[in-house]
Amino acid sequence: MTRIAVRGLTKRYGPDTVVDDLSFTVEPGQVTGFLGPNGSGKSTTMKMIMGLAEPTRGTATIGGRRYRDLRMPLAEVGALLDAGAVHGSRKARDHLLALAVSNGLPARRVDEVLARTGLESVAGKRPGGFSLGMRQRLGISAALLGDPGVLIFDEPVNGLDPEGIRWIRDFMRSLAGEGRAVLVSSHLMSEMARTADHLVVIGRGRLIADTGMGEFLRANGEGTVLVRTPEPGAFALRLTAAGATVRDGSESSLVVSGMSGEEIGRLAAYHGVVLSELSPQQPSLEDAFMELTKDAVEYQGAAA
Amino acid sequence: MSADVPFTRTLQAEWIKLRSLRSTWYTLSALMAVGIGVTSLALSTVGQDYAEASAADRQAWDPTSLSLTTYIIGQLIIGVLGILIVTSEYATGLIATSLGATPRRHRVLAAKAVIATGLALVAGQTLMVAAFLLGQAMMAAQDVPHAALGDDGVFAALAGGGLYLSAIALLAVGLGVITRATAGALATLVAIVFLVPALSGTFPSWMHGLVDIWPTKGAAAVLTTVPDPEFPHPWLNLGGLWLAVAAVLATAFVLLRRRDV
Repeated sequence: MTRIAVRGLTKRYGPDTVVDDLSFTVEPGQVTGFLGPNGSGKSTTMKMIMGLAEPTRGTATIGGRRYRDLRMPLAEVGALLDAGAVHGSRKARDHLLALAVSNGLPARRVDEVLARTGLESVAGKRPGGFSLGMRQRLGISAALLGDPGVLIFDEPVNGLDPEGIRWIRDFMRSLAGEGRAVLVSSHLMSEMARTADHLVVIGRGRLIADTGMGEFLRANGEGTVLVRTPEPGAFALRLTAAGATVRDGSESSLVVSGMSGEEIGRLAAYHGVVLSELSPQQPSLEDAFMELTKDAVEYQGAAA
Repeated sequence: MSADVPFTRTLQAEWIKLRSLRSTWYTLSALMAVGIGVTSLALSTVGQDYAEASAADRQAWDPTSLSLTTYIIGQLIIGVLGILIVTSEYATGLIATSLGATPRRHRVLAAKAVIATGLALVAGQTLMVAAFLLGQAMMAAQDVPHAALGDDGVFAALAGGGLYLSAIALLAVGLGVITRATAGALATLVAIVFLVPALSGTFPSWMHGLVDIWPTKGAAAVLTTVPDPEFPHPWLNLGGLWLAVAAVLATAFVLLRRRDV
């Protein structure tokens, strides 16, 4: 089984360290979400894995070998870094054929990948007229040409409509289900929650988290409890006195952290406070992600 | 693991890329149409030119060279072809896909160079022969001294024209890699083939060696059958151009290897 191993990967552009001593492994049979705010070094890392950018230090290997030492790279790594990276007036089939031939792959692979991505009907058309979703599919077709064990996708759902997003998500899952190692980057946590088994989170080029999705959710984002009562002011004081942190929620509700729902219920019963709602809030992935990367966002808004 | 892929596959892939673009065929059609058009325009009044020519001019009358002056325009169109083979990939971002599929980058450039040079040789040679035949027919029709394919030096001039044009194509590929942008490469090429020759009269004497091998100047002297006293060894000059182009291409190889995509 082929895996991607990134070890101590560092990239400097002049005085800027874009990727800083990054190490992680992309295992076969699962989707690894590569997450970070815009400008955190995701694309640069992927380019270094692909041999398109030279690391300042460290290594990125695929099945133990550097990308540039691969003799038939399409048979080992399929990548979609930029869906726009096709010549708008070269027919889809010709685009794929040139790629297949360059790696000594049989021409029938072109028709096979076009069928798998549902592009047969536009094989003879020029991608200049394709929608973004179709271009993404064409890029994925190219990535699948050599039936590789490792797949790399950079922000594949960016700009897609809900149907396109769902298609890509299901496709990634099925690729991982076939035993392939799938690395997919995104700056949208909510997207990853539905796609990834494993998460690699970076901020400002540094590793922030390398963990399973479930552990990530449990470990990050402290749970809150939503409380609704006819006398919010008085109960808020009692909650604070009991050690909880309280802030005002919408429609005169209270958002309580630091106490479980059960503890809040007991406190209300003890003081004879009527509760009209008591509901634990699942920490959202988005919150967990924001929490993790809040110190690592390159450009923060003034209000942040 | 995977077997090695022979270089012929890289060549084949580059050829598929080139032939699958309509712009390639438009450019080649433009080369022929403009090349032939310029020849017929330039020679439309050749009878009058000859009638008005001085005795010295008649002495140096070179019907072969006259019919091949269209190379001046031809080299620009062939240059555009060579530039686009490279820069269209940078403009679209396709270069990352190409180098991802063939991480031994020198292979990609070598294949592009071979394809561009080969295509320019065939197209350029065709243009040279067509322009020669048309030009001689026009001169014959206007009762001006003209040449035939079998005449002394004609074959050499035609072959020299093809080799000259393919050197320009190779130069264009190199410029495309170095500049990574169509506009930059084209501006550089125009400066090389038009601007510098136009200004060469003002250059200091130590630069005359450069003028000898420069496009549109000494390197184009092979397109004659009557020796130009300014350039007595035209084939050495053309050889010099090829060496200079090889140096540009070597620079392109180094840059392509070193630079991040």
